[in-house]
Amino acid sequence: MAKNSKRASTVDTAVLAPLDWVDERTAAVRGTKWFLFRNVPRDVNWMQTLGSAALTAFIVQALTGGILAMYYEPSSSINPQTGKPVAYSSIEAITTDLTWGWLVRGMHRWGASVFIILLFLHMGRVFLFGAYKYPRELTWITGVLILVTGMLMGFTGYLLPWDQTAYWASAVGINLNGTAPFLGPWLAQFLAGGPEIGSETLAKFYAMHMLLIPGALIALIFVHIYLVTRLGVSSPPWSGEAAGRERPAAKPEAGRSGLVRGSGGD
Amino acid sequence: MSDSGNHTRHQPGSSLWPIGFAVGVACLLLGLVINWIITPIGLVLAVVFGVLWARDVSRDVRGEVPEIEPETRAVADEATESPAPVAAPEEPLPTYSRSRFLEASTVGLGAAIGALVTIPVLGFTILPSFKDVAEPDIDLGPIDNFPEGTYVIASYLSNPKVGEVSRRTAFVRNNGMTAKGPSFTILYSRCVHLGCPIQPNGPIDEQARKDVNGVELRPVLAQSFGCPCHGGLYDSEGNRRAGPPVRSLDRYTYSIKDGRLILVSLYSVANVSGTGADAQISSYSWASPGVHVDGVEAWLYPIVPSQVTGVP
Repeated sequence: MAKNSKRASTVDTAVLAPLDWVDERTAAVRGTKWFLFRNVPRDVNWMQTLGSAALTAFIVQALTGGILAMYYEPSSSINPQTGKPVAYSSIEAITTDLTWGWLVRGMHRWGASVFIILLFLHMGRVFLFGAYKYPRELTWITGVLILVTGMLMGFTGYLLPWDQTAYWASAVGINLNGTAPFLGPWLAQFLAGGPEIGSETLAKFYAMHMLLIPGALIALIFVHIYLVTRLGVSSPPWSGEAAGRERPAAKPEAGRSGLVRGSGGD
Repeated sequence: MSDSGNHTRHQPGSSLWPIGFAVGVACLLLGLVINWIITPIGLVLAVVFGVLWARDVSRDVRGEVPEIEPETRAVADEATESPAPVAAPEEPLPTYSRSRFLEASTVGLGAAIGALVTIPVLGFTILPSFKDVAEPDIDLGPIDNFPEGTYVIASYLSNPKVGEVSRRTAFVRNNGMTAKGPSFTILYSRCVHLGCPIQPNGPIDEQARKDVNGVELRPVLAQSFGCPCHGGLYDSEGNRRAGPPVRSLDRYTYSIKDGRLILVSLYSVANVSGTGADAQISSYSWASPGVHVDGVEAWLYPIVPSQVTGVP
């Protein structure tokens, strides 16, 4: 602690006492410190922030997607006012009529590509650094599953604008699944809800895009980040420091005084 | 002999009941699609094998000894020489504690409840895609609308209630009269590579456009069809001439009723030799685009949905 002035102790009581109260009952503060205040190798670099960047992109997708869902209607029936399908009309309304709708839709539409690109860059970094090796194999495997579910998000989301591009690209995508051996044709018919794309396909893809796949994706992200936190960040391959070396003891006066009592240095 | 002291119990092999259980569930689901009569058979199979499987799995928990005879090798003369085996000291009877019972019943009840909830949900998820997917027959109007020897683009809604999303396109060519009545070649417009809409390579006669009960008819001068997506090219009989498609274009079966042309259902075609009314068509049950229907590759697709559902 810095100065033991009266003011400092008042702050202590006002801010820290409630936190202590919560922490005693939930371990939330200890958990947050365990998650955030980790030792990392001295020579980490910017490339090791690609995972956090991908996480940020996902959070942007989740928020903008949640907002878009307030205005989007997944129906292929014709809107009598516009003479176009309800889904396409609602997309048009989001883009042209609603305040900043173009921005939120644009963020979601381009953010989808950003998310996938960041996943690939992150994967490339992990591969080139050899960071998938013992003990981080399961982190890699959950990461691969995140990539696959992320691509499923892209596949199911692409149909939702319900324009010609969406329709035919999804037809090709569904038939591509249909060429898988043995169960492929069954998978294709399941995805389309029948021999051809129909009105059920849109509702089905919407449900998958909004509920099922995001649920799986969020669960996978939690497991992935838990493993990263538990196992720590790996050194770059050119690191001169021996792996598993003990960290030198922090100097008390130089250490940051952390978020909460007793979290600075040690 | 070294064998004599080695009468250890053999570990039971891994259970085969799950296979029977899976067959039962598959039978049940298939029954729901094809015929209600098969459903109870599947149900019985699933329940019987499920119970056997559960018995197998819970053997350790229940503390039951697997009924496997220890392997013995009785050598005749040795058996006579050695004295009668000493009765083994009486072992305490295996106990079955309350906590074991509660553990097993919790897991068992949980599994039963889980199955009760999961099976209907699974059926609801999967079956609607395969049940009642038949599309009605389509009346394309009087056959006089189809001039002999040229293709006509027929565009119709297979289900007007659903709307534009059910729009289908067929390329219809009148092959003229044969001994068995009028002959037609009717190609489906979906590319058999990945299902994009193929286009006739020729000028469309928009002046001769007709509308018959919501079916749009436009004659076209085309001797080939091309796909804009990945460059598939088909000749006038629907045979692949270039590009990635894996078979010939799908065709419709048709009937003539009161001088009107009726589209009935789709089938897949491996190859067509000959042309028009004399064409020899190797036909197969309809398969989704990209699926091989003949040759070695067709082994990868032993059963396609239309063989089970009979549709389309």
